[in-house]
Amino acid sequence: MFALKSRNLIITVAAAMTVSTGAFATDITGAGSTFIYPVNAKWAEAYKAKTGVGLNYQSIGSGGGIKQIEAKTVDFGASDMPLEQADLQKNGLMQFPAVMGAEVLAVNLPGVKKGEIKLNGKILADIYLGKIKNWNDPAIKAINKGINLPDTKITVVHRSDGSGTTFIFTNYLSKVSPDWKSKVGMGTSVNFPVGVGGKGNEGVASYVQRIKGSIGYVEYAYALQNNMIYTQLESRDGTFLMPTMETFQAAAAGADWEHAPGFYEILTNEEGKNSWPITGATFILMHTTQDTPANAKEVLKFYAWAYDNGAQMAKDLVYVPMPAPVVKLIKQSWHDKIKDAHGNSVWN
Amino acid sequence: MTTLKSGSREKLQAFLDLAFKLVTRFFAFSVLALLAGIIVELFVGAMPAIHAFGWKFFVTTDWDPVNVKFGSVIQVYGTLVTSLIALLIGIPVSFGIALYLTELSPTWLKRPLGIAIELLAGIPSIIYGMWGLFIFAPHLADHFQPWLIDHLGPLPVIGALFQGAPMGIGMLTAGIILGIMIIPFIASVMRDVFEIVPPTLKESAYAVGCTTWEVVWNVVLPYTKIGVVGGVMLGLGRALGETMAVTFVIGNAQNFSISLLDPGSSIASTLANEFNEAFGKVYTASLIELGLIMFVITFIVLALSKILLFQLGKREGEKT
Repeated sequence: MFALKSRNLIITVAAAMTVSTGAFATDITGAGSTFIYPVNAKWAEAYKAKTGVGLNYQSIGSGGGIKQIEAKTVDFGASDMPLEQADLQKNGLMQFPAVMGAEVLAVNLPGVKKGEIKLNGKILADIYLGKIKNWNDPAIKAINKGINLPDTKITVVHRSDGSGTTFIFTNYLSKVSPDWKSKVGMGTSVNFPVGVGGKGNEGVASYVQRIKGSIGYVEYAYALQNNMIYTQLESRDGTFLMPTMETFQAAAAGADWEHAPGFYEILTNEEGKNSWPITGATFILMHTTQDTPANAKEVLKFYAWAYDNGAQMAKDLVYVPMPAPVVKLIKQSWHDKIKDAHGNSVWN
Repeated sequence: MTTLKSGSREKLQAFLDLAFKLVTRFFAFSVLALLAGIIVELFVGAMPAIHAFGWKFFVTTDWDPVNVKFGSVIQVYGTLVTSLIALLIGIPVSFGIALYLTELSPTWLKRPLGIAIELLAGIPSIIYGMWGLFIFAPHLADHFQPWLIDHLGPLPVIGALFQGAPMGIGMLTAGIILGIMIIPFIASVMRDVFEIVPPTLKESAYAVGCTTWEVVWNVVLPYTKIGVVGGVMLGLGRALGETMAVTFVIGNAQNFSISLLDPGSSIASTLANEFNEAFGKVYTASLIELGLIMFVITFIVLALSKILLFQLGKREGEKT
């Protein structure tokens, strides 16, 4: 009996080892942004069914992704905050945008319907600075004629953890409000002068749903799933917009990727009367000189496939796929920038 | 073994004894080595922040990652205040539980109640956190906090602790949740030590006409004080270091406010929130220095409890 058992055990262990080594040989590894995780997982599932190559992606946050790729523990990192050219060069990295998304302002005001309240950048910055304290403030009333704004204290909700979502949001506020820029600034975590912090999108969402009179920034997909009341926002050109796939795509189209060195482009407050003002991309980070060119090539093949075949999957999850001209630029940059140890291009 | 001569057998046993002694000594000393290693690591990791801010780190309320300015007052205040509230709630309730279980409860009820308390200790802290956020905080916001603001807010001095909007989340909520969390720890230790009081001591006290309260206060507590203090310290240690549950309900605001109703941060919640995404040397180092402060606070708490026990020991035998 014992002999039989142990032989079974050996067979199981041996089987497990062959499976895991088999998977190890072909799987690509990545880490970083939590924002990109759902669509990455969806792409990976479809890609694995087609090619047999799996993706092991750890959604540990953008900052973690940058650290991991610098330490070379993964094949690629993913960050919602693009690195500046100098930082890229210092660490021997290159970056390219994988997919875009948008953020909305969710509010908790009894009696107010989805997309009913209008806000603009100036008011939003003043709310987050603690200057506008009440929902019936004259500044809010002025652009919301005909809506019965309650005499309720505004409770600001922000992210408590460092996050690319915060980076995109504070980048927008810095662009529209000099006051915000000088007093608070932008970053993955900033010193918010007022409000409460929720951990993750879910933390912000639950605080907003809990606290009357609150306002918080969350990813659009999150607001949709949780059926939250979001606001309209004013575009850079002065039109009030609803968050929709069209307005997100307009913002992406407004960006000038061609003249952005290292694809350093933050899609907030873009030109165009249909451009949703708080839009951002998630960037993939890779080393320019590859110790393991075979792995790098698998990563590039995966994203090439995702650009060509994954657009609908991305839209289903309320992401904005990269436009075709941008994809062409990205593939060119792969060829130009990612080399093996002998200086040959990994991507041809 | 049986074929060995008795002389060599003794040698073997002596060798085994020695080996056993060495192995256990190694284990014991490895704790010291680990402790020293952690302190050194924390110190080295915190060095950039110590260089950048020096003593100012302990007295400023800055927490500004964009302009790289950090201080620890917000987090230390949040940690100490929430733990203090937790003890204020936890100690009396635990004492009552332990007292009832050992002195007053009918025998058939002791076991189920005791097991229930031990089960409470096994609930993961995230469950407390989620319960606190979704169920407890709304009740607090609707009923308890408005009352506090109206009745205690206008009072002089302590009124400052009860200002602000009733949001349901904040340092008070975190303290109450922590109090609930540490009750099973303190209560089960207290119960265990109360049980070891020799029945003859208690029975003699009852025989001379003491009430239950007098027996507990004059016989049980003096006999078990080391265990009781140990149980309280265990609870306090858990309250100081608790991360997940606090992160859910404390509000995670890096702005200093003395009011218990305002959102704040504890050391553990700040680390949990920000360590992943901390960028730059000084930011990371400041977080590590917070960890070092946490270490020192724990050390001071332990030292104080030893001093307390020592003082109690000196008074032993005095007339009361």
